[in-house]
Amino acid sequence: MKVGAREYSLWTIAIALVLIFALVPVLWLLSISLKPPSEITDQRLIPSSISFDNYKSLFEGGWSGPFLRPLINSIAIALITTVVAIFLASFTAYAIARLEFPGKRLILAGALAIAMFPPISTVGPLFDMWRAIGIYDTYLGLIIPYLTFSLPLAVYVLVAFFREIPWDLEQAAQVDGATPWQAFRKVIMPLAAPGIFTAAILVFIFCWNDFVYAISLTSSDNSRTVPAALAFFTGESTFTEPTGSIAAAAIVVTIPIIVFVLIFQRRIVSGLTAGAVKG
Amino acid sequence: MEASAHSARTPAAQPGKKSSRTRSERKLAWMLCAPAVVVMLAVTAYPIVYAFILSLQKLDLRFPEQTEFIGFSNYGTVLSSELWWMDVFNTLIIMVISVGIELVLGMVIALVMHRAIFGRGVVRTVVLIPYGIITVVAAFAWQFAFATETGFVNNLPFIADEKNWFGGHISSLAVIIMAEIWKTTPFMALLLLAGLVTIPNELYEAAKVDGASAWQRFRKITLPLMKPAILVAVLFRTLEASRVFDSIFIMTRGAQNTESVSILGFNQLINRLNLGLGSAISVLIFLGVVLIAFLFIKGFGVKVEEGRPGG
Repeated sequence: MKVGAREYSLWTIAIALVLIFALVPVLWLLSISLKPPSEITDQRLIPSSISFDNYKSLFEGGWSGPFLRPLINSIAIALITTVVAIFLASFTAYAIARLEFPGKRLILAGALAIAMFPPISTVGPLFDMWRAIGIYDTYLGLIIPYLTFSLPLAVYVLVAFFREIPWDLEQAAQVDGATPWQAFRKVIMPLAAPGIFTAAILVFIFCWNDFVYAISLTSSDNSRTVPAALAFFTGESTFTEPTGSIAAAAIVVTIPIIVFVLIFQRRIVSGLTAGAVKG
Repeated sequence: MEASAHSARTPAAQPGKKSSRTRSERKLAWMLCAPAVVVMLAVTAYPIVYAFILSLQKLDLRFPEQTEFIGFSNYGTVLSSELWWMDVFNTLIIMVISVGIELVLGMVIALVMHRAIFGRGVVRTVVLIPYGIITVVAAFAWQFAFATETGFVNNLPFIADEKNWFGGHISSLAVIIMAEIWKTTPFMALLLLAGLVTIPNELYEAAKVDGASAWQRFRKITLPLMKPAILVAVLFRTLEASRVFDSIFIMTRGAQNTESVSILGFNQLINRLNLGLGSAISVLIFLGVVLIAFLFIKGFGVKVEEGRPGG
């Protein structure tokens, strides 16, 4: 099919609009974060001079500063949850994808129902229970609810991937003289790895993003994650808005995710749409 | 493991003739599923029952000695309060408008990702950026863009320089809805794209030969065939939008009557430590979500098995 100039320019406009739509808020944050504090309210799209003061003040004070500890908390909590969730979910997904047993559909339906569950409905009881058993404002107190809500996501993504694996290869390898462990490690693991990795990315993003639990079940920088810490940022004095520091912090937590998304774009798309519609 | 792996490939055993292999396969399957099921239920089923019990009590953590069982009167208090209904209304407005616009925008983006003659990869990648960004960060980005002090929006042409976006009910809600749309349209677009790619290209070619215009092809082929994908995407996004919390908390903290039901629940539970009243709100929100899901599944015939949990 010949591509007309008109069609070409229409697509150019459409793509440009999508790019602007997706990028403008991020560029605006970047612009604010690079402005020197005195120019933050100049409303200019492009900073007239560039300064890294906002970033410096963010990390001032190091461990007891406003940002470093929540950043470490966020990374640690999201990573631990991801590892445990993927570990548990891969057992379940293996069983659902490969074994015949009553209750299979019930587990899938239940997982879906949990994914739809409103988190705010569990905040009160968890707040009360966590204080009673002493895990309020701890990593564990956040990891448990994150696990619950990331398991359905992980199970669904993994089931979709596991169903595609040609499991017969495992037996073929054993016929060829491989031990069961070799067959699993050399044949199945490489085939399952992309799915597991995709599920891990999605779970990590989910935990990284949470705000409701992060502000309800924490009370200090002991376990407060970045989203919660941002909401409680204060300016240098009571009367200065912490706009610059918030923008800088926002950019610090956003850049890695953008890089991640750029590298693993295909995986994320396939994970997000895995099992979305039966083909 | 190997024995069960083998039997998975064989047809299901005849009823009444359950071999020991089927039985051991079942046992293994349940063992594999048990940990995940327990964790999922521990933080949903148990707490919602607990929330219901709390909701029947007068229970304020600031005055724990006054705790007593008061039946359903917390529900009476909530349902007769103007604030609750205001917040229900706000939540519904945010839900309906944002999901409606997202559906249209998401469809356009999905079509661009599917049909564009160049740059599909770029669009697919860039569209994921809002998805990956923390909702709180996105809320700040939009707040800074609209705020009278720091924002560039008031400098744009056709917009009053002094407009105080967060000074009024409607304009505050509009900014909140915009932030929600920005953050979640990519997810919608990807779900729709997944439906779009399943439509065989021959249908379009045949329609073209028959002289159907692009719009006719979209109306008569794309939309009907995508109905299941659209309904699932809309259901998931509707339920997600009904929880709207982060954006409101960051942008207005509920000022200018922009509270959602989740913000109300949070204020009662965590700020006021009124676990009784707050739990009644939690239970009502839960019932609301169940009702929406039920309406979608029964009313529109959404096949949830075809769906998947949202990101």
